[in-house]
This record gives sequence, structure tokens and C-alpha cells, in this order.
Amino acid sequence: MHLDKRMAYWRANLNLVGVCLAIWFVCSFGFGVLFVDQMNHIRVGGFQLGFWFAQQGSIYIFVALIFFYAWRMNRIDRKFDVHED
Amino acid sequence: MSLQGLTYFVVGLSFALYIGIAIWSRAHNTGDFYIAGRGVSPVANGMATAADWMSAASFISMAGLIAFLGYDGSVYLMGWTGGYVLLALLLAPYLRKFGKFTVPEFIAERYYSRTARIVAVICLIFISFTYVAGQMRGVGIVFSRFLEVEVTVGLLIGMGIVFVYAVLGGMKGITYTQVAQYCVLIFAYTVPAVFIAIQITGNPIPQLAFGSEVAGSGTALLDKLDDIVTSLGFNQYTSGTKSRIDVFCITLALMAGTAGLPHVIVRFFTVPKVRDARLSAGYALLFIAILYTTAPAVGSMARYNLIETIQPGAIGSAAGNMAYDDRPDWFETWEQTGLVRFDDKNGDGRIQYYNDANAGFAAQAAEYGWQGNELSVDRDIMVLANPEIAGLPNWVIALVAAGGIAAALSTAAGLLLVISAAVSHDLIKGIFVPHISEKRELLAGRIAAAFAIMVAGYLGFDPPGWVAQVVAFAFGLAAASLFPVILLGIFFKRVNKQGAIAGMLTGLLFTYGYIEYFKGLFLKWAGSPWGENIAEYWLFGISPEGIGVVGMCLNFIVAITVSHFTAPPPERIQHMIEHIRVPRHFDEDHA
Repeated sequence: MHLDKRMAYWRANLNLVGVCLAIWFVCSFGFGVLFVDQMNHIRVGGFQLGFWFAQQGSIYIFVALIFFYAWRMNRIDRKFDVHED
Repeated sequence: MSLQGLTYFVVGLSFALYIGIAIWSRAHNTGDFYIAGRGVSPVANGMATAADWMSAASFISMAGLIAFLGYDGSVYLMGWTGGYVLLALLLAPYLRKFGKFTVPEFIAERYYSRTARIVAVICLIFISFTYVAGQMRGVGIVFSRFLEVEVTVGLLIGMGIVFVYAVLGGMKGITYTQVAQYCVLIFAYTVPAVFIAIQITGNPIPQLAFGSEVAGSGTALLDKLDDIVTSLGFNQYTSGTKSRIDVFCITLALMAGTAGLPHVIVRFFTVPKVRDARLSAGYALLFIAILYTTAPAVGSMARYNLIETIQPGAIGSAAGNMAYDDRPDWFETWEQTGLVRFDDKNGDGRIQYYNDANAGFAAQAAEYGWQGNELSVDRDIMVLANPEIAGLPNWVIALVAAGGIAAALSTAAGLLLVISAAVSHDLIKGIFVPHISEKRELLAGRIAAAFAIMVAGYLGFDPPGWVAQVVAFAFGLAAASLFPVILLGIFFKRVNKQGAIAGMLTGLLFTYGYIEYFKGLFLKWAGSPWGENIAEYWLFGISPEGIGVVGMCLNFIVAITVSHFTAPPPERIQHMIEHIRVPRHFDEDHA
């Protein structure tokens, strides 16, 4: 029972980390590097979108991702009753 | 007040502030000295991490690099921010739960080995000294230009200040000084950026001005910039010249390196809880992002400003270029430092600035009567010269000088502290004198910090290359040595001490060897670099800046393979890993 719970907690953590890292990869290495030429055909204001992701967008998404992770992780901690205090 | 007087005043005021804070928050025990008594709030730690993180490379060099590299500069922007995602998701919470003082200490316990600890200390010292050499050059540049003293004197003053608050205050002193330094540096960075954004586009927010139209022209800044630079024979600003694989590898090496840098990781040991470590990483990146999203805007506007100044008229027309005798004051002052140079190759008394390395543009240039590029501008000065180029008031220029010094000192202090902790806690207490009293360990820490400052100062006299470039190597080394073994230590229980030691050594030696071979780092006296640093000779077309990724992969492969063929870690280590994976024990554990 307790081993299962431990495994379930760890799996929930790994799932969350996996989702976040997928977004992390797509927004930086995907949009900003690997597919930057295709993305650059799209224009937003004075920016080509691929260039914007490489120099601005990826950074905004990184910040949002960490806060999202911290928030979701706190919920998982509480769900499994391993939160501090 | 004159510019120099004003600069002395502002910089002096900031120094007084730092020393005041150091005295107020001096360390009383080793807990204070190494991890600030574990009482730092997530927001304060975020700010301190941001200052610790944003070095002379970020403040002084980065926007200038981007101004000249255009799209290729994105590697620094993504690389030096994306690593925080790795740090927050994969390392920081677990290392905080582990709850000790240093990174080698984690490696020693997780891999139940003193050898692993020594290898980790070697990696740490290697990385930190590479990094600190870059900071000291930054301090030297700022002092020599703004305070008009010899670089040597500037270095000594910088070392003296760091000495006072790092040796006296330890981590506690450094943390609260860094909070103050963050405020100084971010203010100093954004104020000129806002002024310049208004001047060029009319939009006060640099991040938006970046994508706005140049005031009164109806063309977007980036389009206009693309247009001007290509008509001077340069590469398009919004597309790069580096190969895709190289951009990919450099970005990844900087990210993994960020997550593996001991002076950054150790900051997450200072917060009270695991939860705070996660949140604190978010705040750190938020504070960093303010500068990192401003930098590319500053870079593009600085490039635009520079070209508009040099080339006020039509390109190719006889009077299109600025006459040397009409050069502005900033041009003259920076010429005195040797960081701006003019060489009138065609003898027309005017400054031609174009890409003379572009064979396709040579005929066009010859037709204009140009006989080579006549202006060389050191990349490291773009941010420092920007307020002068834009004609901003003197107090802004003084502020930028104080900001540059704050950025370099805060990072140098953080680095020196992890070096001293590695010596006093990991080597002296951990290996040689296990029963040392706390008081003597604290004294050893202070002596080690003082010694490290002197070595750093010495390295500052002759650092290899530009600030940002030198620093980039430290990341490659961190990515290839420490990052993989820490990650494996948390996520793969099967990895054992033999695997970790073999992995670290492989990653470190491979990456260091490659960099030394192509760039020359510490063995210049022995004739390095030995290889010509061009793409044809690179392994898989990956430059020395990006080679850390290959080192990292080798580290992973070697660590896992070696572990597979040797005995698994003992039972107690398996328990320890289970323990650090959860913020608080499961209730059943005591049932």
C-alpha cells in the first residue's frame, strides 16, 4: 500500500515534469531553432514569429512554466499528503 | 557635476551600501556562511539568484553580442533562461530536500564515495574559475572607462570590495548584498533602454518597441535593420549564420550548464522549504527575464543607432558617411580606451562601416570607393556606450557604470563563495580534517575565500576572449560534468559510484580538451590552441561553445554503462533517494 502510494506520487511528478519539458522543448528548440524558418513566414506586428520565439517568446513561456509547475506540484503534494507544515 | 565626478559619486554610494549590508548581515556560524542560515524568503532568494546569475556577461556583453550576431544571439537568450526550467523541475527541490551545504557534498553522499567528492570539487573549481575570469575582465572594463583608472587599479578595488563582504558576510552577506545589487543593476539596465526605445520608436516599453515601427518611417525596426545591414554587406539581422546543429547544441549546453552551475544550485539551499525552492526558481527567472527580454531590444536598437550615426546619408554617396572630424564625444572617449578604433583606409576622412569579409559585397564596396571596413567596435562596449550614443543625461551613464560593476561583483562573490565552501567544507572538513571545530572551519572558509579572490584577480588580467565567450565555456564544462551526475543521482537509483566518477571524468576531460584544442583556455603558455577553430574541423560541425552537449551525452552513456556492469548502490542509498524525492515523509513510514 505505502509502496504503491510512493510510486503513484513519483509517477504523478514525472508526468507533470514530462508535460512541462515537452512545452519547454517545443517553444525554444522547436519554434525558435528547428522550425524557425517556417515560423518566420508568420508575422505578428513588426516581428517574424520564429525570431520572436527565439528572442522573447520562449523566455516568457519559461517563466510561466516554472510557476505552473510549482503550483501543480503543491497540489500533488497535498493530494498525497506529503506537503510541508 | 562632471560625468566623472558623478560616476565616482554613484559608484561610491553603491559600494557604501554593499559594505553597510555586509556588516549588518555578517555570518556568525558555518550555516550562515554557507547557506545563509536557510532563512531567505523565496522572493529575496529569487532576486539574489538573479543578481548572482546575471554577470558582467549578461549586463555588459550580451546585448552587444546580440547587436552584432542578430538571430544567432538567441542562443544566449534561450540558453541562459531555459536552464532555470531544468533547475526548477529536475534539481532544485530535491537538492533542497537533501538539505546539506554544498554540491560536492550531495555527490559524495549519493555516490557514497570520497573520490566522487574530490572529482566533483575539481569540476566545481574548474568551472568557477573559468567563470570568474570573465567577471574580472568586466570589472576592469568598467573601471578603466568610467573611473579612468588603470585596469589593474580597477581590479584591485573590485577585489577589495568583494573581499570585505564575501569574507565577512559569507552567504548571508552575499545574499542581501545581491538583493541590493539586483535593484541597482536592473534599474541601470532598463532606464537607458526605455529612453532609447522612446527615441527610436516612440514606444516606452523596450520589449514592444522591438517589434514597433521606427518613428516617422512607417517601417518596422527589425525590417529596417535587416534592410540597412544587408545593404552594407552584413548578414540579415533576423536570420543567422551559425548552422542549425550548432545553434541547437550551444543553446542546450548553456541550458544544462545553467542547471549544473554550483553557485546557482547552492542558492536553492538557502530557502526554508522544498516548496520555496520551486517557487524561488520561478521568481529568479522572472527577475532575470526582465533583463533578458530587454537585452535583445537594446541590441537591435544599439545596432540601428550605431549605423545611423556612422552612416547618416545615403549608402554609397560621397557624403553619406560621417566625417571623422565631426565624430561625437562618446566616439572620442571610447577611442581612448582602444575599444573603438578608426583607420582611414581610403583616405577620405570619413568613416566607412561595412562587412569587408563578404566577397559578394566587395565589388559594390569598390564601386563606392571604399577600401575596407574602417571602424572596429568592441562588442563589450555596446551597453556601456549606448546611453552616450543616444545622448542621455550624465546621471544615466553613471548609473550604468554602477550597474555594470554590481553585475560583475555579485556574480564574482557568488562564485568565490562556492569555491571557498568547496575548499573548507568539502576538502578540509569532508576529506582531510573531519573533526575540525566549527569555528576553525569558518576561519578556513574565510581564508579560502580570500585566496580565491587573489587567484580570480590574477586571472582577470589575461582572460581568454570576450566576457560572454569565456563564460560560455564554463557552461559547457558544467553541462558535461556536474549536471548529468546530479540528475542521474535523483532520477536513476541504479547509477553507482563507479558510473558517476567515470561519467564526470569523461565529460569534463572531453569538453575541456576540445575547448583547449580549438580555443585555448588555461594552457596558452604551452602553445594552445593547437587546432584552427573553423567549422570544417569541428566534430559534427559543433563549435567549442556547444561541445558541452556531446560531453554531457558521453557522461550519461558512460555513467549508465559502467553502473550496469558494477554492483548496484547499497540499500541505504536507495532509501536516501526515496527520501529526497518527497518533500515530507509519508505517514506510513512511521506506522
